[in-house]
Amino acid sequence: MTTTTAPAKRVPVPDEASAPFFDGALHGELMLLRCRACATYQSPIAYIGVPLRARCVTCFSGELEWAPSSGNATLYSFVLMHQLYDEAFAAEIPYNIAVVETEEGVRLTSQVVDCPNERLDIGMPLEVTFERMSDAVAVPKFRPRA
Amino acid sequence: MGATAAIAGLGITDMGRVFGRTVSDFAGEAIALALEDAGLQARDLDGLLINGNQSEEMAPSLQFALGLVDLRLLNTMSAFGSSAATMLQYAAHAIESGQANAVACVYADAPLAAGESISQSGYSGKRLSARGLAGLRFAYGDYGPANSMYALALRRHMHLFGTNHDQLGTIAIGQREWARMNPRAQMKKPMTLEDYHASRWVVEPLHLFDCCVVSNGAVAVIVTSAERARDLRQPPVYLRGFGQCAPGDPGRTERDPAVHTGAGKSGQLALAQAGIGLSDVDVLELYDCYTYTVLVTLEDYGFCEKGEGGAFVADGKLAPGGSLPCNTGGGQLSSFYMWGFTPLSEGVIQARGQGGERQVGKHDHVLVSGNGGTLNFHSTTILSKHDG
Repeated sequence: MTTTTAPAKRVPVPDEASAPFFDGALHGELMLLRCRACATYQSPIAYIGVPLRARCVTCFSGELEWAPSSGNATLYSFVLMHQLYDEAFAAEIPYNIAVVETEEGVRLTSQVVDCPNERLDIGMPLEVTFERMSDAVAVPKFRPRA
Repeated sequence: MGATAAIAGLGITDMGRVFGRTVSDFAGEAIALALEDAGLQARDLDGLLINGNQSEEMAPSLQFALGLVDLRLLNTMSAFGSSAATMLQYAAHAIESGQANAVACVYADAPLAAGESISQSGYSGKRLSARGLAGLRFAYGDYGPANSMYALALRRHMHLFGTNHDQLGTIAIGQREWARMNPRAQMKKPMTLEDYHASRWVVEPLHLFDCCVVSNGAVAVIVTSAERARDLRQPPVYLRGFGQCAPGDPGRTERDPAVHTGAGKSGQLALAQAGIGLSDVDVLELYDCYTYTVLVTLEDYGFCEKGEGGAFVADGKLAPGGSLPCNTGGGQLSSFYMWGFTPLSEGVIQARGQGGERQVGKHDHVLVSGNGGTLNFHSTTILSKHDG
């Protein structure tokens, strides 16, 4: 007889540039980059290989700082992942991947939790919640907001 | 104003689940085939522009693997799926200014391995770094990130405009019908709307048949001056117009990049240079990594209003016998996925009039699109059998 255990999900590895984001997540705060010059919040999660903005998307200032988000957002779009890429997710298929729009005007890729897939609805109000993956890393997810 | 550069040669290797060959080997064969097609020798080449998706071999050092010497134009270029047109543009400018005479533009890739699912290949995203915020994708299970990003865009379009799967299925079915007339196409089994709906979800709302056929293989074209092309083996395919548009992705809520691409501006630039309008386009070869890419590109080029792409394609006008022949070789959905070299290669075949059973009767102007990232980078090329 053999028993199998689902492998663990891969945990993000904080680096120097992203440390404030992950420190915030550990303490229950969603941190976003904000421009010191014009106060525009920047999407921290962009295209593959370009995780952080180097310049403000509005005024091109290079002075960006981490600032807390209210954590309130709405659902911009979502998909349901049916393809199994990683055994750690086998029991969750189909699981959602969502893009949310925060109150600060920033789009983030994340997941919606505490909500059956059938109830996902573009525009629905959401709030941030954090899922602990290890002693050192928590990740933001979003749940329906009353 | 006549075109100053032309495509004089085209080479396409075996495509798909072709194993045991290096990317350099594919690239070399495609260039050899393109030279043979043009009636040129390797020693005639003085330019090499290289584009590869997943492969480190598609670097300037590819020159060594091919044994080419004394090149005057050498570069690896990438604007992702919009690269083919950017390479042609660069080659044409070099030829026009006398800095090169014959430039090979090549795409090669070999992401598939024997016995391995595409979900385990480089396209899975598994080999991406988990460092920093980029590592969040692993926590969310956001693998195969192109699939999920296009599915997110499609869901947005469906939400805003009521676009539905019957409409998307029409695109997939039409291209399958074209593919059935293309000896090179990999997917030739007839497809009904029921087959389309029954194909499994990959990332809902993308069915399997909404997704392209990732392939091993290579495509190359040889660009020369228009004048020289007229003396070579094949009918010249003149490079009449180019346009790029990379609208950028600020990740902010005032823009909706999921439904507004760079196709509009890119198309206007290319058509203006060619001196033609949309109604002069006889054949469309649109980048089709997903069915949705075709639909949104048609809208942004202005073939229909924004949001009406679904209704526009629903009558089957893109299919054989339709009023707007599109992706006449089966495209990336049914033939093979070689980034922008899929629509480009079929565009060359149609512009020459060498499409055989699938040849479109009137083929004076062919519009070829490129699209990279998640609708982030767009390019347009106008090909013609007429030099101006």
